[in-house]
Amino acid sequence: MSPTMKRSVGVSVVFVALAAVAAFATVDIGQFSGGITEADAFIINQLLLPRILTAVLAGASLALAGAVFQSVTRNPLGSPDVLGFTQGAATGALVGIMAFGGGALVVAVSAWIGAVGSGVTIYLVARRGGVTGGARLILVGIGIAAILSAVNEYLITRANIVDAAAATVWITGSLDGSTWSGVVILAAVTFLLAPCLLLTSRSLRVLELGDDLAIGLGLGVEKVRLLTLTGAVLLAATAASQTGPVAFLALCAPHLARRLTRRTGPNLVPTLLLGAALMLWADYISQHAIPNRVLPAGVVTGVLGGGYLVYLLAHQRKTGQI
Amino acid sequence: MSAPANRLATRNLTLGYDHRQVVRDLEVEIPDRSFTVIIGANGCGKSTLLRALARVLRPTSGTVLLDGKEIGAHPSRHVARTVGLLPQSPITPDGITVAELVGRGRFPHQGALRRETPQDRAVVERCLAETALTDLGQRPVSSLSGGQRQRAWIATALAQDTELLLLDEPTTYLDLMHQIEVLDLCARLHAAGRTVVAVLHDLNQAARYASHLIVLREGEVIAEGAPDAVITAELVGRAFGLRARIIPDPETGRPLVIPLPSQVTAK
Ligand SMILES: Nc1ncnc2c1ncn2[C@@H]1O[C@H](COP(=O)(O)OP(=O)(O)OP(=O)(O)O)[C@@H](O)[C@H]1O
Ligand SMILES: [Mg+2]
Repeated sequence: MSPTMKRSVGVSVVFVALAAVAAFATVDIGQFSGGITEADAFIINQLLLPRILTAVLAGASLALAGAVFQSVTRNPLGSPDVLGFTQGAATGALVGIMAFGGGALVVAVSAWIGAVGSGVTIYLVARRGGVTGGARLILVGIGIAAILSAVNEYLITRANIVDAAAATVWITGSLDGSTWSGVVILAAVTFLLAPCLLLTSRSLRVLELGDDLAIGLGLGVEKVRLLTLTGAVLLAATAASQTGPVAFLALCAPHLARRLTRRTGPNLVPTLLLGAALMLWADYISQHAIPNRVLPAGVVTGVLGGGYLVYLLAHQRKTGQI
Repeated sequence: MSAPANRLATRNLTLGYDHRQVVRDLEVEIPDRSFTVIIGANGCGKSTLLRALARVLRPTSGTVLLDGKEIGAHPSRHVARTVGLLPQSPITPDGITVAELVGRGRFPHQGALRRETPQDRAVVERCLAETALTDLGQRPVSSLSGGQRQRAWIATALAQDTELLLLDEPTTYLDLMHQIEVLDLCARLHAAGRTVVAVLHDLNQAARYASHLIVLREGEVIAEGAPDAVITAELVGRAFGLRARIIPDPETGRPLVIPLPSQVTAK
């Protein structure tokens, strides 16, 4: 095993450990030291376990999707937040809340449709002459994101106060609504798609060399792009449909993972594990940062992730990247 | 349509971008085991032709034939193991090291799940040595000079280990010594039995190293053959709009192009 590979495995183990610590902290094992009552069992089984599993699965899905977007677009800003899926999911959720009364299932389904719909639109618009350029995907995504943001603002101004409040909480992203049925859906999609995406890792590394060289090396570039983008959009959409679009997680996890593993390429496995750990910690912090006040997890990832992004841009400007 | 005598050939090849034709009805053959050099003015379609020969660019009409069969009809991995391409402007992924970059050239020799083998590593080592990069293997490509970077890309194309090698301007960015080193490397590959196709801008280097020259002007072949026969003052005038005198190179006896001042400034 090469030194970089060893480092990568070591870092991945640390991510798993970090996730485990956060999970135990969330359950707060200490508070049940006097034996578990029936009420405690209910809290653990019906509230805490689904919450932890949702955090793990959604965090891993969003991070993996982010890593794929960044690799395919060859752009460090490629992520559901920048490319418009987040806004598409929000549009879907708003329509679900305002037009159909906003049951959990209705919101999940309509957010999923919104995210996938915006993904398909962006892909079709960015495609020209059978080729989907990375820069074009980013620019089209930013354009569609801007349009959808405007639509979302308009919808919120038209909503009644209860719907508007519900929508705002949803858009921030939170794990409060986690349920076992949501976990089952998330698990099914994640366990189906994540392994498929992990298998494309080698192809993504070659795709990063540019279309000409990748085709010359025998890669079906447009096929790889279509398949990986489809997988990533479905993962991100499903995660967002359960937790709301948790800001910046998909953008930051791949950067952090790459920095810590010091490996080039999409770094899919460490990124996925880091995504799960980050989501668990964001949720834990959001519940404990301010005494007696619970924040949505998206606020924490937004503040930390946004801060990290600014740091990254400032730092990379100095070293001449981006 | 006559069957081509060589592995790589084009028939009625028309190429373009968005309906704008760049190359029309081109019939060329790359002689097997030749060192073919393509020359022509900026924008005449050299890179476009090279990209089509490596089936990176799909023809508008006509065909590129590899071993007598349309190149797109071969399995893409087979083509990638037969024809290697160094594009004019490849993309350097963030943070990649020289050895990693060269290793990615092994892609067509690896299965979907197969990891790097000792043989892959041996090929990478050899390609680094051939391009004088052994000491720079662990350096990030982005920290190299333009010439070192160019050699890293050449090493990547070499690592693909193909019978036919297509190089788009392999000597650009290199100082004279490294230009000659790269051309000597091509000459060694040629001598070892490979077919090398390179786009070059220096006519004298083309004349000295090529066994076969293809001269393009506005997407058409205006001359092809051995450099001695092809390079004339008249041809240089037609291809580049340049007045020149041709004398035998005192070192090799090959044609040497001496550009003359353009008519306006001449006495
Ligand atoms: N991707 C592209 N899209 C549209 N037009 C293109 C594209 N690539 C090249 N062209 C056009 O096709 C023509 C031929 O370009 P090509 O790159 O083949 O020239 P070249 O002979 O390699 O020139 P140079 O010596 O400058 O590299 C030029 O007019 C160029 O503007
Ligand atoms: Mg060119």
